[in-house]
Amino acid sequence: MGASRSRTENPEIQDLSDQTGFSSEQIRILHRRFRQLSGDEETISKENLEKIQALDKNPIRNQIIEAFFDKRNQKDGKVGSFEEIGFEQFVKVMSHFRPPNLKMTDEDKEAMRREKLRFLFNMHDTDNDGTITLDEYRKVVEELLSKSGAIGPDVAKAISDAAMLEVASINMPHMEPDDFYEGITFEHFEQILKGLEMESRMNIRFLDVDTSTMHCGKSQ
Amino acid sequence: MWRRWELVFGALLLASYWGGTRGQDADPSPGTAATPGPPVPVPQPDGPQAFPEPEKANLPMFTMDYGRIQIPFEFTLWVLLASFAKIGFHVYHKITIWIPESCLLIVIGLVVGGIMHAVKEEPPAVLDSNVFFLYMLPPIVLENGYFMPARPFFENTGTVLWYAVVGTLWNSVGIGLSLYAVCQIEVFGVQDINLQENLLFASIISAVDPVAVISVFEDISVNEQLFIVVFGEGLFNDAVTVVLYNMFTFVADMPVVESSDVFLAMARFFVVGLGGLLFGLLFGVAGAFTSRFTNNVRSIEPLFVFMYTYLAYLVAELFAISSIMAIVVCAITMKSYLEENVSQGSCTTIRHVVKMLACISETLIFFFLGVVTVTTDHEWNWAYVLFTLLFAFVWRGLGVLVLTQIINPFRTIPFNFKDQFGLAYGGLRGAICFALVFTLPDNINRRSLFVTASIAIIIFTVFIQGISIRPLVEYINIRRTNNKHQTINEEIHTRLMEHTISGLQDLCGQWSHYYWKDKFMKFNEHVLRRILIRDNRAESSIVALYKKLELQNAIELLDTSLGDLSAAPSLVSLTDEKKASSRPKKTFLMGDVRKMRDNLSKNLYKINQRTTAWTNKDGLHENRQAREILIRRHHTIRRSVRMGSFRDQVRHRFNSIPKSQRYYSLQPGMNLESALPLRRTSHDSSRIAFLIIPSFFYVPNPNPRQTPKPSDEKARSDIVEMKEGRLRAVQPPPSPRSSSRSFTGRLGTVKEATPRPPSPGLDVIHESPVSSRGPRAKGPLPTPRRSLFHRVQGGEEGDKQQQEEKEEEEELSVELQGEAGDVPQPPPLPPPPGWVPENQQSHRAGDPLLRHSSQGSRGSSRF
Repeated sequence: MGASRSRTENPEIQDLSDQTGFSSEQIRILHRRFRQLSGDEETISKENLEKIQALDKNPIRNQIIEAFFDKRNQKDGKVGSFEEIGFEQFVKVMSHFRPPNLKMTDEDKEAMRREKLRFLFNMHDTDNDGTITLDEYRKVVEELLSKSGAIGPDVAKAISDAAMLEVASINMPHMEPDDFYEGITFEHFEQILKGLEMESRMNIRFLDVDTSTMHCGKSQ
Repeated sequence: MWRRWELVFGALLLASYWGGTRGQDADPSPGTAATPGPPVPVPQPDGPQAFPEPEKANLPMFTMDYGRIQIPFEFTLWVLLASFAKIGFHVYHKITIWIPESCLLIVIGLVVGGIMHAVKEEPPAVLDSNVFFLYMLPPIVLENGYFMPARPFFENTGTVLWYAVVGTLWNSVGIGLSLYAVCQIEVFGVQDINLQENLLFASIISAVDPVAVISVFEDISVNEQLFIVVFGEGLFNDAVTVVLYNMFTFVADMPVVESSDVFLAMARFFVVGLGGLLFGLLFGVAGAFTSRFTNNVRSIEPLFVFMYTYLAYLVAELFAISSIMAIVVCAITMKSYLEENVSQGSCTTIRHVVKMLACISETLIFFFLGVVTVTTDHEWNWAYVLFTLLFAFVWRGLGVLVLTQIINPFRTIPFNFKDQFGLAYGGLRGAICFALVFTLPDNINRRSLFVTASIAIIIFTVFIQGISIRPLVEYINIRRTNNKHQTINEEIHTRLMEHTISGLQDLCGQWSHYYWKDKFMKFNEHVLRRILIRDNRAESSIVALYKKLELQNAIELLDTSLGDLSAAPSLVSLTDEKKASSRPKKTFLMGDVRKMRDNLSKNLYKINQRTTAWTNKDGLHENRQAREILIRRHHTIRRSVRMGSFRDQVRHRFNSIPKSQRYYSLQPGMNLESALPLRRTSHDSSRIAFLIIPSFFYVPNPNPRQTPKPSDEKARSDIVEMKEGRLRAVQPPPSPRSSSRSFTGRLGTVKEATPRPPSPGLDVIHESPVSSRGPRAKGPLPTPRRSLFHRVQGGEEGDKQQQEEKEEEEELSVELQGEAGDVPQPPPLPPPPGWVPENQQSHRAGDPLLRHSSQGSRGSSRF
């Protein structure tokens, strides 16, 4: 975790760039943003992120912030969560959202898709046990609908239940009557979202040009 | 088909013959007002001619005045003929898969044209400029605008407009200039075509018509971006083409074009486009606002869509700004708000009529294309026609290549070469192109050469490219996406992803269209929806989808006469959607119904397993029926049972029927007894016996492994059970006796309806013995009620309570006498292992899925 040291020294940027696939220019822009968010500290804590005004309106703000502090999203096989993250972790989480480029092979795309799905899955699976239980699923759906105004928790519940039923019926069509469907595993998760096009959705176009001057005061 | 077709044609000829001889004097008055167009055939303004001429001496026995009805009559026959042809294509379904419909229409048109040419008949003068622009074009464009998939379009607006505007300009200018260069070569003999005319012609043939391509792309579900770009390009480039066309027809008249004219033309281009946008928005908002107040006049609701869009079109036409732009923008703006305001029926009507009008227009245009190809005089110039084809092809390809290189850096998902190929190859020319060239004013020198060249390019592209695009696209394996099967999970995750992305963009301080989307959504939420929508509840798309699926399923059930709307399962319906959407909806043949039942039963089966599974982790050995009822009910329980806790039940028992019972339970004031026979008659009543017991007792299945696989017969029984599930809904969970008593009181008649059933408490629907399910129903599965008592007893209750319990169950049991008499009494069973663990879950009492268990425990603990 040489996060704190990987600031402006070129080799480190290069290193990060190799790991994450961002261009060094993009990393520089992200780093500027990182410093801005952390208040010029080496690390970012949850409070830093919660302060972002633009996120206030986001119904799944908590999930998004959690995702940054989730060790699973660092792709190094650890579980648990950080108290604070450095720039390296920050960039690694961001790297889930790199758009595909024309040079990628189909395998690369498939891997990328899995990576993105894994990110979503981790967002659901808050207790790290590898399955999304009904409760976890419900929570996300509830949050998702929570900013929509008149939708009560009843509806959210009904919907998540329905969704869960759907998952179960898609994945386990021939379950024995006394089997219990514990929750959505990652394989099942992939299965239910098989038809969904992710390539065009789970992407951020990371800019090569700094736009922080272009949005007047909205970021913080 | 052919016989019918010939019949119509014969009638048509006959009619024309009469028109020629008898109706000489009643010439169809020229000009626009009297000429009929697709939307409404305008009656002749000649006034009524009902009275005989004054000089005639005596009253004629029989008169005929063909001239009076000629135009609408002939028009009707043409439409009929074209429609019959359309029916004909679909008799053999495989034709339309491999050959686009437009090809077939042109072929038929050619045949008809050939016959008409042989008998020296003039083609109908339906296609003059005014008729086309005022009547034929609006329906086509309206359809495209109305059914434009909004979300992908707004995500790709930039690219769409880029291709539509710049691409069309590129094509027009490129083709025009190259043709002009060709015209300078003496050998070809076309030196008299000047630059303006070449540009005019080029602008005409750069209008691409994506209909054929769209249907292919839809079929093979090509990726969303490509689809929307082809779709949107076709739509907006019509607008650009028409603007260019008007501009160049104007310019073609001018002897000298000065440079200032060029700048004026460019300025005009923007005025025209933005003006169209403005009028579209204006009328769109007005239309949406009007629909807010139509809830009392449902019958004319659909009219507003057509009137407002047409009005937008006409007003734009009045000011000579882009009327296509206006109508498209109007439709897009109006649609989302209007569809929330109008009733379901009106919504369907609108969609159908929009489709129908567009279909008529397009069919007619292609049909006339065929006719005109044969009947008009052509001026064939090999060089000009071939060069036109070549340039059209080359410039299109080049344009896509170059424009994509420019736009790709701005796209999150760049177009790869396959996409670009699809885009370039999808550039078929079609109806608009033909109509435009056919309506060229006569003062253009080489008008007939232009007509010939345009028809050549249309026929070439429609036939060669149109037929080959499907195999080609399949061969190169273009990126595909599956956006048809929308399940609730996909919807949830689409939203989840959107919010994630938008959140992350905020986080890293960058913004893109998500930022603007957010802004617009906020504006929409706070301002637009409040003004434009009557019943303004902010509704998430997930909720909307959920409701839609529910409704669809309800309708489906209704259609298959398997049940009535109120019996529609709520959650159960969801997985049906996928299959339902792929199923033809118009006709329910026996096979379809069977398949549907099959699907339904399978889905129900699966779903049910899941829910029970959650409710008790230890896997209570219930029999399947019980499980299914549970599932169908779990939504219901929430509504009918949970309105207030059980403690409030007594207080509320007479007036606490929830408002939201519409799907699930008896109507207020209706009693159980009166509801039951009704339901019976809607089914195969003689074969079904309802045995109703307190529904919260799920009878353990001693032998779950013997459960037969779902069969066809099961399907129906599922439905029946569904109904029973509904009945259950009004019946309270009985084990907490106080509460069930209160319900009994509410249900009033339940107590009287109790001839003691011979085999009390089978939680099973028995189908007739002849069905394959029969043996099972009678076999070990129908577990006795006694086991329930044991179970309860095993749980917490004593003997005395058991006695009371029994009495109460007697009260609650309603039996409709079917063939239940011969059901054997199954043996008692030991308490299932899952019972006790189940009660431990009572902390999740609010959970609909778990409700029954928690209630069970809560209720009984009160003893």
